[in-house]
Amino acid sequence: MSASDTPKRSMRTPLGRVRNLGAAHSGTSDFWRQRLTAVAMTLLMIPVLVIIMMTLGRNQAGAKQILGSLPIAVIMMLFIVASAWHMKIGMQVVIEDYVHNEKLKLTAIMLNNFFSIAVALASIYAILQLSSGV
Amino acid sequence: MQVYRWTLTMALSIVHRATGIALYAGTLLLAWWLIAAASGPAAYAHVQAFTGSIIGRLIVFGYTWALMHHMLSGIRHFVWDLGYGFKANEREALTWGAAIGGIALTVLIWIIAYAIGGGR
Repeated sequence: MSASDTPKRSMRTPLGRVRNLGAAHSGTSDFWRQRLTAVAMTLLMIPVLVIIMMTLGRNQAGAKQILGSLPIAVIMMLFIVASAWHMKIGMQVVIEDYVHNEKLKLTAIMLNNFFSIAVALASIYAILQLSSGV
Repeated sequence: MQVYRWTLTMALSIVHRATGIALYAGTLLLAWWLIAAASGPAAYAHVQAFTGSIIGRLIVFGYTWALMHHMLSGIRHFVWDLGYGFKANEREALTWGAAIGGIALTVLIWIIAYAIGGGR
């Protein structure tokens, strides 16, 4: 189905369409970011797999040396940011699909945000620590 | 819901979600690995003891499959987002490709990992 097949006519006024930006109140930004982060992770997948493979069979000193190098640290941080963002949006979609109680839903969405941000920051902090003091 | 005939695309739609949820939890493993590497030899040895155990290996193998499957299944969704692959034979081919490709890539990654000494 191409874009030209979608109906152009709508009963909604242009103002109504933009005022609340749909049921999510944020328009299509999550839809876009979900795909942006997906493409980013797909592009980063081979470098990340190579990095993880490089650390296999090595001890902490060896892993630290690999993970602490600038290009590798940057690739890992990009992957972590994309992952955390992607999974935050994905889990929110799951919550919105299955949790119908409004308060429970908002609580779950909050916890989802907390978890995703915490995992991302902890991982990034670890990488920064690995990068310094080598 | 018995009016619905269970189809491959329906099954893979659920699997996409399930692997996504598994990967969500699996990021804890990635974070643990990085934090341990930053903490020192003792903490890192704990992670290696876990990932070297039978249970640990099974979890990491499952994580690899979930990641590969979710990625290929996601690329399939991306093709659909771009407006291609909606004919019956096309969507079946894309879905089989994601299902078989996910398993094939997982096995390939683990063969490479063992070949370069990750099995030690």
